Formats: sequence, C-alpha cells, structure tokens
Amino acid sequence: MTQVKRSPWILHYDGSSCNGCDIEVLASMTPVYDAERLGVENTGDPMQADILLITGGINAQNAPVVKQLYDQMPRPKVVVAVGICACTGGVFKDCYNIMGGADKVIPVDIYVPGCAARPQSIIDGIIKARDLFQKRSEEHDALMKKQKLERKGEKS
Amino acid sequence: MTTKSVILVILYVIAAPFLGALLVGFDRKISARMQRRVGPPVLQPLYDVAKLLKKQVIGVDRAQGFLITSYMVLTVITGCLFFAGVDMLMVFFILTTSSVFLYLAAVVTGSPMSSMGAQRELVQDMAVEPAMLLAAVGFYLATGTFNVETIISQPISAIVKLPGFFVAFVFILTVKMRKSPFDTAQSTHAHQELVKGITTEMGAKNLAYFEITEWYENILMLAVVATFILNSSPISILAAVIVILLVYFLEILIDNTCARLKWKDMLILSWAVTLICAGVNLIILMVV
Amino acid sequence: MEVIPFLICFPFVVALLMFCIRVNKVRNAVAYVSAAIIMAASVFLCVSWIAGGAKPVELYVNTEAADRIILIAEIVLMCVVTVLCVKNRRWYISLLSIVPTIGIAWLEIAGPEMDEYKRIYVDHLSILMCLIVGIIGSLIVIYAVGYMHGYQHYHTNIRDRRYYFFCILFLFLGAMFGFVLSSDLLWIDFFWETTSVCSFLLIGYTQLEEAVTNSFRALWMNLLGGCALAAGIIYYALDAGNTDLQELVVYGQMYKPAAMVAVTLIAFAALTKAAQLPFSKWLLGAMVAPTPSSALLHSATMVKAGIYVLFRLSPAMSGKLSGNMVAFIGGFTFLAASFMAIAQSDAKKVLAMSTISNLGLMVACAGVGRPETIWAGVFLMIFHAISKSLLFQDVGATENALHSRDLEEMQGLLYRLPKLAIIMFIGICGMYLAPFGMLISKWAALKASVDERNIILVFFIVFGSATTSFYWTKWLGKLIMRSSKPVVKDITRKNEMVSLTVHTVMMIAICALFPLLSGIYVDPLVSELFGRYEQVISNGVLYLLVLLILFFFAVPIFAYLRNKSMAMNIKLSYMNGINTGKNDGFVDSFGNEKKLVVSNLYFKSVFGQRRLMMPSEIISTAVIVVMIAMVLGGAV
Repeated sequence: MTQVKRSPWILHYDGSSCNGCDIEVLASMTPVYDAERLGVENTGDPMQADILLITGGINAQNAPVVKQLYDQMPRPKVVVAVGICACTGGVFKDCYNIMGGADKVIPVDIYVPGCAARPQSIIDGIIKARDLFQKRSEEHDALMKKQKLERKGEKS
Repeated sequence: MTTKSVILVILYVIAAPFLGALLVGFDRKISARMQRRVGPPVLQPLYDVAKLLKKQVIGVDRAQGFLITSYMVLTVITGCLFFAGVDMLMVFFILTTSSVFLYLAAVVTGSPMSSMGAQRELVQDMAVEPAMLLAAVGFYLATGTFNVETIISQPISAIVKLPGFFVAFVFILTVKMRKSPFDTAQSTHAHQELVKGITTEMGAKNLAYFEITEWYENILMLAVVATFILNSSPISILAAVIVILLVYFLEILIDNTCARLKWKDMLILSWAVTLICAGVNLIILMVV
Repeated sequence: MEVIPFLICFPFVVALLMFCIRVNKVRNAVAYVSAAIIMAASVFLCVSWIAGGAKPVELYVNTEAADRIILIAEIVLMCVVTVLCVKNRRWYISLLSIVPTIGIAWLEIAGPEMDEYKRIYVDHLSILMCLIVGIIGSLIVIYAVGYMHGYQHYHTNIRDRRYYFFCILFLFLGAMFGFVLSSDLLWIDFFWETTSVCSFLLIGYTQLEEAVTNSFRALWMNLLGGCALAAGIIYYALDAGNTDLQELVVYGQMYKPAAMVAVTLIAFAALTKAAQLPFSKWLLGAMVAPTPSSALLHSATMVKAGIYVLFRLSPAMSGKLSGNMVAFIGGFTFLAASFMAIAQSDAKKVLAMSTISNLGLMVACAGVGRPETIWAGVFLMIFHAISKSLLFQDVGATENALHSRDLEEMQGLLYRLPKLAIIMFIGICGMYLAPFGMLISKWAALKASVDERNIILVFFIVFGSATTSFYWTKWLGKLIMRSSKPVVKDITRKNEMVSLTVHTVMMIAICALFPLLSGIYVDPLVSELFGRYEQVISNGVLYLLVLLILFFFAVPIFAYLRNKSMAMNIKLSYMNGINTGKNDGFVDSFGNEKKLVVSNLYFKSVFGQRRLMMPSEIISTAVIVVMIAMVLGGAV
C-alpha cells in the first residue's frame, strides 16, 4: 500500500479572514515549525493539492470560489478549516454578509479552532488530515479497482 | 552499439528516475539545512510521485495527457541516444523537440497561468540552447567528433581544453534545472507569482510524468557535465562523480541565495555568459 | 533535350494567351492545362535527363538568332521599366535599368569577339531548380485560380485584372526556367531582369498607394543587383573573352583577378535577389500583393534564383574574401531576421521574416562553399521551397476564412478549421523541428562551419537556431490552444485544397525519403559542383534519423490512442477560483464577467523590426561596402 500520507500537499485559501490565521499558516511552513518535514508542500494550485486549508468565514462573494477550488482538486481530498471563523464564522458569525463556516459550502473534515489558530495546532490539524487522506486514498483505490472489474465484466 | 552502451542505456532507463529523485531529495534536504530546518525525508520526491500516480486522473483538456506522455517518452529516448554514445549535437537538437511537446501540453488548455508559464519556458529554452549547442561544438573541436562514446575515451579530459564551455554549460544548467534566479517558468518554491507556471493545469498523473521527465532530464544534463571530465582512465569516473556533486551543490547554493530575475535579465545574462566564456574559448580553440 | 526550349518558351506563350483571354472560365481552364503541361514537361525533362545517364549536358553553341531576340527583349524590358518609372514620377529608378542594358548591348554588339561557348547547361542543380519551379510554381498557379476568384470577390476596391496577374505568373515561370537552364551570362542577365520586373509588377498588382511604393522599392533594389550583375559580366567578358558561367567559376577557382571581381559582383547581385540584409525590405514589402504571388516569390521563384546563383558560384567563392562576405551577410541575416520574426504577430510577416532568415542560412552555406555546406544548403532549399509554399497558401486560405491573418486570431484553429490547421502544423514542423528536414541541414551547416573554422558563422547559427525555435513554437502553440472562438466555415476551394494536399504529401514524402534523396540525388549534385565529395552525414546518423522519424510519429500516436481510452476527469482551468465555468472568462471584482484573452509574447520593444532593422541594415551595408572595396582593390 502506497503511503500517500507522506506527501500531503496543501492549498491554502484565504476566505474573509483577518489575515491572522493566514500568517499562522505561513508560519507553520517557516523554518521554526517546518511543516515540510512531514512532506507538506504549499502548492498554490488546486489541481495538485490534497488538502484544502481554509481560513476565514464564508461570504456571498467567496462561496462560489471555495466551491470551485474544491471541485478542481482531484480525489481523494481533505478539507481543513483553520481558525474559528472558518469553523463557525467566529466573531463575525452574525454579520449580515457572513454565511458561516466553510462547512456551509463544502464538506469540512477537520476543524482547527483558535483565534488565531496556533501553528502547533495547524500542524496537528494537517497530521490528522493526512491520516484521513491516507484512509480516503485506500477507499479510492478500492473503488477504482471495483470499477475496473465491473468494466471488464461489461466487456466480456 | 557495443554491449557497454546497451548496458548504459538500460541503466539510464531504469536507474535515472531513482537517481534523479534522490538528487532532488538531497536538494530539498540540503536546502532545508541551509535554512536551519529539518526538511523532508530524502525519498520525499518518490513519495510525492507515488502519491500523484495514485490520485484521480484529472486534466483540463484531454489532449494534455497524450502530449505530456509524448514529452516524457521523447525525452527518455533522447537520453538513451546520449547514453548510447551517438551524435551529441543531434541529441541537443532533439531535446528541443521534446520540449516543444511540454510547451504544447501547457498551452493546449488555453488557461492563463499555464500559457504564460509556457511562454516563459520558451524564453528559457531560447536562453539555454546556444550554450548547449556550443558545448557540442566545443567537444567537436577538442576531440574531432560529436560522438559521445569517442569523446569520453580520449586520453585527456575535454575540460582541459574547454573550461569556458564548461562554465557556460554550468551556468545554463541553473536555467535548465529551474533553479532560482532563473525559475521563471515553473518553481517548486513558494515565490511563484504564476501559481505553478507551466505545470499549473497539470495534476495527478500528468504532474507525475512531468516530475519523472525532469529527473530524466537532470540526469542527462549532469551526464553532459560528466562528459567534460571523463577520459580513458577509470579514475576519471570518480572525478566525474565528484564534479557532478560539486556542480549540483553549487546549483543548490545559487538556488538558495538568489532572488528571481526577470526574463530579460535571464536572457541577457545567460547569453552574455555563453558569448564570453564559451565564445572566448571557441575563438582560442579555433585560432590556435 | 528538345523539351528545354519548350519549357522556356511555353510559359511565355501562355502568358500572352492569359493576357488576351478576358473570359474568366476560359482563362482558368487554359491556366490549369498549361500548369499541368509545365509540370509534366519539367518532370519529363528530369526523367529523360536521368535516363540519358544523368551527365551534365551542354547545348546550343551557335544561337545567333536567339541572342538577337534576347537582346531585343532586354531593350524592350528596359523601355517598359523606363515608361513605368516616368509614369509614376520615379524616373531616377529607370537609370538602374538603362545603364546596365546599354552596357550589355554594347558588349554584345560592339564588344570584343567571343569564343564559342554553350548557352544551355543541364546538370543536377539546374534540374533540381526546374523541378522546384515546375512543380511548386505550377501548383501555385492552380491555387491562384481559386484564390484570386475569392480575392476579387472580397476586395471590391481592387480592379479585377486577373488576366494581367496570370500573365505575369506565367512570365515569371518562363523566366525562371530560362534562368536556371542558361549558362550564358548574357542570357542569365536577361532572365534576371525579367524576374525583377515581374516581381515588381506582381507586388504593384493592387495599385494601392502602399503597393506602388513597395513595388518600386523592390524594383530599385533588384535593379541595383542587376547593375552589379551587368558590371560583373562586362568586366569578366572583356578579360576572358567569353560569358560562360561555368568558365567563370573555373577561372574563379584559379584565382584569376577578373573572375574574382566578377564573382564578387554577381554574388552581390544574388544577395539583393535573395533579400539578404540590407536588401530585405523589398521582400517584406511584397506582402501587400495577393497571397499566390507571395508564395511564388518566397518559395519557388525569385529568391531561389539568388540562392541558385550563389550555389553555382560557391566553388569559386570558397575560402576567399567574397565567400567570407557572403557567409557573413547570410549568417547575420539568419540571426537578425529570426530576431525580428519573434516580434511579428502577422502570420504573413512571420513567414516573410522566416523566409529571409532561412535564405540567410542558405546564403551562408553557399558562402562557406564546402561540399558539406552545399549539401545542407540544397536540402534547406528543397524543404524551404515546399514548406514555405505550403504555409503561404495555407495562411492565404485561412485568411479568406477568418478575415484576419493575425496569429492571435488563429487561436484554436485546430478545432475551428481543422483541415487547414493540420496542414499548417505539418508545414511548421517541417520548418524547424527535429528530426525533420530543416534541422538536419542546420546540423550539417553547423558542423561544416566548425570545420571551416568560421567562428562568427558558428555563433550566428547557434543563436539563430534558438530564436528560430522560439517563434515557430509560439505559432504551433497558438494553433492547438483551446479557444471559445466560434467554428469558422471552411471556404477553401477545391483547387486550393488540391495544391495544399499535394504540397503536404510532398512534404511528408521528402521527410521520410530524405536519406534516399540524399544518396541518389544531392550527393551527385555536390560532387558535380565541386568535383569531389565527402559523405556529409555518416551512415550511423542517417539510420538514427530514420529511427527517430519513426519514433517521432509513433510516440504521439500511441500516446494518443492510450490516452483516448483512459478515464479522465475534466476540470475547469485554474483562474484563482473565479472561472465563469467555460474556461474563457472570469468574474472581476465588481462581479462582472470578463472575457479571457491569452496572448503570445512578442517582445515588440526588444525585438521589434523598428528597433532592429536600422542597425542591422547599417552593419550589413558597411560589411558589403568594405568587402567589395577590398575585392575591387585586389584583395583575395
């Protein structure tokens, strides 16, 4: 079994964040916290990403963007909501323009609370996410295998 | 075709990707240590590609897949030709052809980021090509043949006569290996304003093929570096390995200490270095 | 060999017919039949010559009558030019025609008694030229019949003078046949002037102001070359007592001073005809004419005449100052024109620049004058003739359908005009991609210039090669780039398609049969010119190439088939998540939809013609002036 969890590539999307969590996400990539030792690479490209890190709440303007980015990622994929705003909407929850957390538009798997979320907890979230990623990858493999067999069956 | 060259070709096809991956792995590790962090495991590039091959096959355009496969296969064939010890100039010309496929794979999507990255890739190719062709010309002048097999079985290493060509080649190696300050078309670092440049629309399998081709190509380029060193005595093999490692380390060092330049600076710099180093060397070789 | 006078005279007769017949349908039919006859005749000439042993043939030693006719025709030509110049208030240009014609006439009538010599000479090179002119030229005529119909239909502001257009096309073909088959320099001079005047008339066809200006530019540049040619001939004839081209080359190889000067002057004339810097502008200006005439000027005729002369003279120039001059100008033009091609977005301009650039490489090959370079040059000429003719016709047909010939408008042509785009693809690949034709020639040229220790040429080729791939690859990419532009109706006529298809087939056949062609035709050609021959491309490399061509076709096809059956999930292209859903637009910060436009890089401010043309012209002029002055001063 391929250990896909050794290579969790991240797409970081800034919703309506105050940039606090974004700074922390970047901090977790810097030499001090060095997420790269886990194989993490911060790609800016959904086509190449496995884990979507979302910071900030969802509003009318960024909802379709988040949806599109999520759609562009190849399966298997995992979504991590970083910071309390991305989890629930946070202090902005009752604002007229905020729809709520990231789970309003896409399925969120891991919630990393905090305002701002600390790099340690972000890395912890990534580690949880990569285990989930591994699990989903195995499921995906099994599904592919099944489909292949079915296709073969149809042909014969 | 001797048995030796057959073995070399087979070795290249099988071992080059692993060797290339290892080199990239060390690159990442050493870069990390230069920045005082732990860095990923040495085998990280292999993990990455293994994962990419596992993922759902995606693309923006169906044609992308076949173009990128063609790019990979043609590059591998070019490398095989080199290791089979045939005409070096021809090898460089054909390498240009295979890179056309990469360009086509990127622009076929019509997407803005990857098209712009691809255009920059073309500028990079333009910056690189003179030095590569001149290197072949240099070998021809020094040894009287374009034939790689004959070049490496001379009594004296070619570098003795071709120091300028060597410098020019190492310089453009930075462009070819997509190292900063010349990583305008595609970069593994976070400072990429074009997202992922030429590879933006490549995900999963396509990206894996791209990475593998990069490894093959890097090994091919380093093999050209070795050609400068190798001669008929077996000790030169050791020397070649050392020089390759030194050159590679130099590239990592440059990568980690330079900020990116604009395409124009890249073109002017690499052509100027080519003209001055290789050019002066050429004139000396031709006149004397 | 009776077919030779027929081949030369027949197009002239047809030209007269074309001018007289004013009924379109009848004229078209006559044009088809005549084109077919010319094609057949040139093939027949080739076959019968090869059947006769493929040996050089010398013909027509005593031709008093023909000499007189040609002299009279030359004077008539001079009168035509003078009248046209005066009519357009450019009388000074006519001087360039009057002076050499008077000189030539004086030489013929009052000059010294000449030895007996041949008028017609047939060898591998002239047969090859005949085939190029006969086949490609006739195909262009066939294409022109369809094209001009549509052209006149859309360009209502241009007076329909098709009778005149076709008349000149055929005149051109006749002059070219005469030119490549003659060995007498006086005959060559006449046919030379005829091609100059024909191109002048073709360029001015539309009679718009720009066309007239450009046509006169072409006229004076070519007539200037004609002056040099005439001067060279007179200088040589007075000294040697004959006007035979072959003798001239032999004398040149023997370092006879008179021959050296003549060779240099004739080479200069050839540079003007081959549109080398600083005389490139006339070929760029020729773009204003309808496409068939561009195709004719760029591929089969006119510019190839210059190359032909240089190939003939190359044994006499090799290793001498004249050879160095020609090699430098050629190499320099190769590099400078390929730079300028980068900045062009008009398809026809790119083609024009690449023609000039490729001609530069051929000229450089001739200037180096070694068997290897001539081998490479001949191949360049063959490939270039076919692929350029193909590309020009294709761009013309595309322009008719798209109503634009801008490269940016051609985005996604593969999906919008598939047939034309595929043909264009093949033409472009043939122009520069390994392992196809042109690249092998580049390889050989590079190797030979290293052998010759011509440092500057090595640089020109190496850098020019890099820039060449840049602009062609850009174009290729544009063709296959996805686009939301609507599908266009293909209004290419059947006769246009016939010509295009034949060209495509020829292109592929020549790429595939390249080693064969080299062995049975080009090698003897080179050994005939030089009397010696070394194998240019070793057998190993030759087999390798065949193998590569196979791979080159096989790999993408296999990859395509494999890819076709593979399940692939199609995603939207990445535009920071604000893609509107069709890959051709995005939502801006005001929530409005914006159309996406992806453009190629042109670097107009760096490589633009405006910026580079002037300095290149100055450099090349300086080199030519200095070199010619040195040769006239007696340097070798």
